[in-house]
Amino acid sequence: MRVPLARIAHTRSGDKGDTANIGVIAWRERDYPILVREVTVERVRTLFAPLLRGEVRRYELPNLGALNFVLRHALGGGGTVSLRLDAQGKALGARMLDLEIDVDERELADQP
Amino acid sequence: MIRIANGQGFWGDWLEAPVRLVEQGPIDYLVLDYLAEVTMSILQKQRQRDPSLGYARDFPPLIGRLARRLVERDIKVIANAGGVNPLACARAVGQAAPGLKVAVVRGDDVLDRIDGWMAAGYEMRDLDSGLPLASIRDRILSANAYLGALPLAEALATGARVVIAGRTTDTALAVAPMIHRFGWREDDWDRLASGTVAGHLIECGAQVTGGNCQVDWNSLPDLDEIGYPIVEVEPDGSFTLTKHPGTGGRVNADVVKEQLLYEIHDPSRYLTADCTADFTTIRLNDAGPDRVRITGVRGAPRPPELKLSISYANGWKAVGTLVYTRPGAVEKARAADAIVRRRLARLELEFEETHTELFGAGACLGIVEQDPPEVELRIGVRGRNRDAVERFTREMIPLVLSGPPGATGYGEGRPQVREVVAYWSALIPREEIRPCVEVVE
Repeated sequence: MRVPLARIAHTRSGDKGDTANIGVIAWRERDYPILVREVTVERVRTLFAPLLRGEVRRYELPNLGALNFVLRHALGGGGTVSLRLDAQGKALGARMLDLEIDVDERELADQP
Repeated sequence: MIRIANGQGFWGDWLEAPVRLVEQGPIDYLVLDYLAEVTMSILQKQRQRDPSLGYARDFPPLIGRLARRLVERDIKVIANAGGVNPLACARAVGQAAPGLKVAVVRGDDVLDRIDGWMAAGYEMRDLDSGLPLASIRDRILSANAYLGALPLAEALATGARVVIAGRTTDTALAVAPMIHRFGWREDDWDRLASGTVAGHLIECGAQVTGGNCQVDWNSLPDLDEIGYPIVEVEPDGSFTLTKHPGTGGRVNADVVKEQLLYEIHDPSRYLTADCTADFTTIRLNDAGPDRVRITGVRGAPRPPELKLSISYANGWKAVGTLVYTRPGAVEKARAADAIVRRRLARLELEFEETHTELFGAGACLGIVEQDPPEVELRIGVRGRNRDAVERFTREMIPLVLSGPPGATGYGEGRPQVREVVAYWSALIPREEIRPCVEVVE
C-alpha cells in the first residue's frame, strides 16, 4: 500500500549556500531498510523538481537509521541572493514528508 | 569531565538563553555562535556605514550583564561575536565589563591578501557556482578564513575570561576548551572528531533540545523556557548531551538525530578546520531523562585547505506583495503577476531574475494548491541596476485599483529596495592562514 513518508520517518532540512540538505530519520530503526528501498534519488528529484536546478545525492547512515539528501542549486541562489520565501530550505523537510512510499502492511505492524 | 554550553545559535537568538545557562546550573564554558553564512554579509554592511561596528552588538551588553557571575562561578566565554571587527567588539566588552581579561583571535581577515593570492595563481573558485574569484574581484567587500579550534585554545591558555573571534568554524568554539583542558594533540583525530560532533550538536542552540523539531513537538514541555544544550565531555572525547534540570524542551536520541543531520553533506566526511569526522560511526544511547550519550566517533586527518567566506556586492533586490482572496484567489494572483510582468517588459527594465510565488498556496513546499481562501502574491526582482529595481517597487500598488478584484494587504506601502551582499565560499591552502592571539586589557 501507498503511505506518506511521514508514517515511518521524521525530517530536518537546512542550507549551505545554494545547496539544501534533508535528513530523513526512521522513527523505528528497523524501518531503515524501507527508507533505503523507497526513498530513492529519483523519487526525491521528482518531488522537488519545481524547486530544483541541480543534482540530488543520497548518503546512508545505518548507525542512525537515517538517510541524508543533498540537493544542489535548490534554493534559488541561496542566502541573501535568493528571492524565495524559503531561501534557506527550512520547509523542504516538511515537503519530504509528503513523499509517497510503497510498503507492505506487515512492515508497518506495531506502528506506534 | 568539562561542561560546555551553547547559549546562542545565531545572532538574534533568545537573549535570555545564555543568562539562564549561567544561572540555572553548573557549566564551565559558555560558547556563543553568532555567525551564520549570511551574518558576515550583514556585519560587513554595518562596518561600511560605521567603521566602529561590524560585530554582534548584543554581545558586549550580555557580558556586562553576566560579568559578576562569570567570575563567581569561574565560567569562560568563547564567542565568534567579533564578526568582521573583533577588536572593536573587544573594546566594547571592555567598556561594558571593565576588569575582565579579554583575548582576541585574529588572522581570519584576509581581505588584503586576496590580490596576492590571485597573482600567485590561486583561483578560489566558488564552491557553489565553480566560477573563479576573479569574476567578482572588484565587488568583494570582505574575506575571512574559517579558523579552527587551535587558536581559540591558545587564547584560552592566556587565562582570558572572554575569548572573542571573528570567522571560525561553528564547531571550533566547543572543541577549543577540550583541547585546552585535555591537552589533545592536533592529530588526535578520533578525539577531535568526537569533540567536533559535540560542537555540531550544540552549535544551533535549542535545535537539539526540542526546538524546530518534529519529534512530538506539540507535547514538548515548556518551550517558552526551553533549556539550551550542554555537553559533558570526557577526556577521551565521548560525551553526554543534556540541559539543565527543570528547563523546557526535551533531549532524547530521536531529537539528537535530527540535529546530527542538520546542514551536513557527506556524513562520512564532515570536514572542519580541525579534523574530518565520520558521522556514520556515531553511537547514540538514551542515558536517562534528557540525557543522550554519544560514543564511537572516528576521525581522520583535517583537510589541507581552509574554507574562505567572502562577501561581495551583488546588486539590488525588492519583493512586492499583494493579497487576493477567494473566489479564485490563485487565478487572480496569476493575472496580477502577468500584468506586472507585461508592464515591466514594456518599460524595458532588465533584471537578472524575476521570481513569483503564491504564499498560502504552497510556495515553501514547491506546490500550488488550487483553491486556498487567500494567497499572497510575491513578486521579487534582483538586478545590478538600482534604478530598475526601484522602478519595479512602483508597479505593485497600482493593481489595487487597476487589477483583478479585491487586492488587499498593501498596508506596508511600497516594497523596499535592498542591497544584496552575497556569499562566496572557496578554499585556500592552510599554510596561507596565520592566526594570532592578542590580549586586550
